[in-house]
Formats: sequence, structure tokens, C-alpha cells
Amino acid sequence: MSNIPKDLKYTKSHEWVKPNADGSVTVGITHHAQDLMGDMVFVDLPTAGTKVTGGKECGVVESVKAASDVYAPVSGEIVEANAALSDSPETVNKDPYGSGWMFRLKPANKAEVDALLDAKAYEALVASEKH
Amino acid sequence: MGFKTPLYDAHVKMGAKIVDFGGWDMPLHYGSQIEEHHKVRRDCGMFDVSHMNVVDVKGGGVRDFFRLLLANNVDKLKTKGKALYSCMLTAKGGVIDDLIVYYMDDQWFRVVMNAATRDKDMAWVNAAAKEFGGLTLTQRGDVAMIAVQGPNAKEKVYQALGEALRAPAGALKPFHAVTVGELFIATTGYTGEDGFEIILPAKAAPFTWQMLNEAGVPPIGLGARDTLRLEAGMNLYGSDMDETTTPLESGLAWTVALEPADRKFIGREVLDRQKAQGVPRQLVGLVLEGKGVLRNHQKVTCDGAGEGEITSGSFSPTLEQSIAFARVPASVKIGDRCTVDLRGKPATARVVKYPFVRNGKSCI
Repeated sequence: MSNIPKDLKYTKSHEWVKPNADGSVTVGITHHAQDLMGDMVFVDLPTAGTKVTGGKECGVVESVKAASDVYAPVSGEIVEANAALSDSPETVNKDPYGSGWMFRLKPANKAEVDALLDAKAYEALVASEKH
Repeated sequence: MGFKTPLYDAHVKMGAKIVDFGGWDMPLHYGSQIEEHHKVRRDCGMFDVSHMNVVDVKGGGVRDFFRLLLANNVDKLKTKGKALYSCMLTAKGGVIDDLIVYYMDDQWFRVVMNAATRDKDMAWVNAAAKEFGGLTLTQRGDVAMIAVQGPNAKEKVYQALGEALRAPAGALKPFHAVTVGELFIATTGYTGEDGFEIILPAKAAPFTWQMLNEAGVPPIGLGARDTLRLEAGMNLYGSDMDETTTPLESGLAWTVALEPADRKFIGREVLDRQKAQGVPRQLVGLVLEGKGVLRNHQKVTCDGAGEGEITSGSFSPTLEQSIAFARVPASVKIGDRCTVDLRGKPATARVVKYPFVRNGKSCI
């Protein structure tokens, strides 16, 4: 059973999104996504200041098995990337919702964040992909 | 639902992630492919390779049969139990499959072929065998195969399966096999490490697997088997070679015996011509100089020499960087730099001689 925290928002492309008090959001990939990919060996993240578009790829994670794009959940500007993942990509496997976070971004439009999937909808998506 | 080996239930019980592998439900890993890879390099591990196709070929003309069937020369097999690695080829010199043949006695050779190519292999060998009266070919669906590999593999095998094995199995030189009761024990493998490949009755496999595990041998999935074999510089059928490539274009010239010149084997004419005229392509090793991972089918551009393609690319857990085999123009030299199209971004890779890793140490 995948670990899907109730207090996060999700994308159909398996990113999780956590709204922060300062108006920014923190983004990572879900437990389900890292489990499908297996051992992470390389993470390429957008740098601070990069303008991203919701639904467009903005980074790459590579496991031993395959490379996958990471998508910006919403449009906005990257505030910070998790530099620690460069040396320890396996953190994404070990703690996908904690120290395995990927980047923080400042959304251009908060309504886009509100429109993301909630935990229940994401759980249904994961269940449908398994069948 | 695919074919299942006698160890399928054991894999599920041990938490394996099961994937389809050439029609077989096989364990990809039991949690972490990278940790499993390191266990084999540093200690030992066991693989279920029961999906491999074990065929016993028996009869008076068995040696003549393999003289015709294989690009390597079975006459190199002079002592009982010795094994030979070879390709069997089409008339055009393309590789139908690579295999290991063990010389057991003058009336019995045992062959181990790949799983995914089983049907076309059997059609090919059965057709070829028709030329030789009195040969029987028996697919051994009643056996299982467990590979135990790593620097501590042999000690753990003796501990698990009995000290009685130590004398006969311990005396084996590399690439030899011996039968001990119902066990067929060979010093072959696909990881570049010491160890055994053990063929045993299917009904005994779950118990043996459990005994090995209790002796401290962890199960290893096919994911780690692939990164181990790539580091060890061993080709994979379907990726590094197939019917569109000859052994000489796949880094397997060492497995082709063109002497004596009067041995007629299937595919010989093409190899003789390539030997005389030179091959247009070769298989080389690549090491990625920056971060990222080389993947199968990525395009390789070699300045002044032309283009090629990655045939097997992955992350090397031992070297902690990406390595690959690539088929490139014959004029490319060891030490050259080439450019790989990494998902739309150009990346520099160095051409190296493989193996990349031997006995757990870097060779590059």
C-alpha cells in the first residue's frame, strides 16, 4: 500500500505539493513514484530563479532502471532546489515526503494549487493505475 | 501471468518485486537493487536462474553436432566437465543465441541457453540435429538453476549444502562442472565474481534456496544481475548482440574459432569474409564523464568516425558513475571521447576497454 499523506496536494504525474506559511510550496515525488522507479542514482533539479509552467517538465530523476521527468505542479518561480539530493539521490527513496523534497516554488496563482488533487483523489489515481 | 520457476513462491515470500522477464515472472529486486549489487561484490548472493533453458544433448555424434552448430570449437573441450562459451549463428553470421556448453562425456554435452530465446533456439537446434542420426535433445524442464556468486559464495555453499561438496566442487578450475549426486555444480557465472552455478532437481530447489539463505546468502534479483554483468563486461543477448550482428561486431571475436580452417560451422563464410576485410562496427565500453545515466539506444557521435548506439547502459553501483557498451564504427579507438545524446542534452563519454570492474576493483 502506498503512503499518501492526507495533508498534501498531488499531481497526476505523481508529484506532491505542500503549501508553506510564506506562500511558497514545497514539491517532491510521491512514495508510489519512487517505489515504481527503484533506486535513485541521479537527480537534476531546476535552479532558483527559474520560471516554470504548470504541467511542464522542470527536472529529471534517474533510477538504475529508468529516467523520468519531474513536472512543475503549478506555474511560478523556483525559490530553492534541494542541493543535498545531488550527492544523496537515494534520500528520495528513503524519505520522499521529508528530506527527499526536490524544490520550493512561489506559485503565480494560488488557485492552481487549490485545484490540485487531494489525497483521496490521488489514492484513487494510484489504485486505477495498478489495474 | 507468465511462467513460474520452482522458486516463485519463495521470491514472493521474501518480498520480491516480480516483473515479466521474457514471459517469466521473475524477481527484479527484493527491496534495493543497488544494495543487492554490493552484496554480491563484497560478500555473496544467490540468483534464481531457473528460467534459463537447460538442454542435454546425447548420442554418438554429439561432438560433430557442436562442431557444426557453434562458432567456437568444442574440440577445445578435452577434459570431462570443461565448459565453453559460444554463439550459435545464422548462415549470415548473425547471433541466434549465446550459450555455455559443458562436456560431460563423449556421449553427453549439456547446454545452457537464454530463456527469452527458448522457442527459436529449440527450433534451430532440432533442425540442425536432424543431420546427425541418433542424437537426442532433452529440454530439462525438471531442473532448477541457482547461481551463488561473490567472494564468499563458495564457503557459504559448502556450509549450506554440506562439506561433502568441498572436495569435488572446490577442486574445480574456472569454467568447469562436476556432478555430485543429483547436483550439477559449475564454476561459471554472470557477475565477474567467484562462485557456482548449481543445476538441481526442481523439487529440491525451494529447500536448497532456504538452506543457502539460512547460511547467510541473500537473494539477488535480475536487476542487480544486469548491473553486475555490465560491470564485468559480459554481453547480454538481445541488447549487445542479436541476429543482425555477428560475434566479431559484438566484442566476441575471442569466442570465434576460425582455426582449423577446415571446420565447417554455420555462419563461417561471413566471419571469414569479415576477418579478411575487417568489421565495419565494434563494441566498446563507455564511461560517462559527467552526471547522468547512459541508456540503451542512445545515439553516440564519434568525431570524424561517424555514429553509433548504446547497446547496454546503466549506472554502475561499484564505480558510482554511468557505464555502457556501445556499438560504434571500427575506427574509434580506446581513449577517444564521444558525444552521447542524453535525452536531448549532449554529454561527453570516454571510450574504454572493458571489463569495467574485476574482483570488486575498478579497471578503468
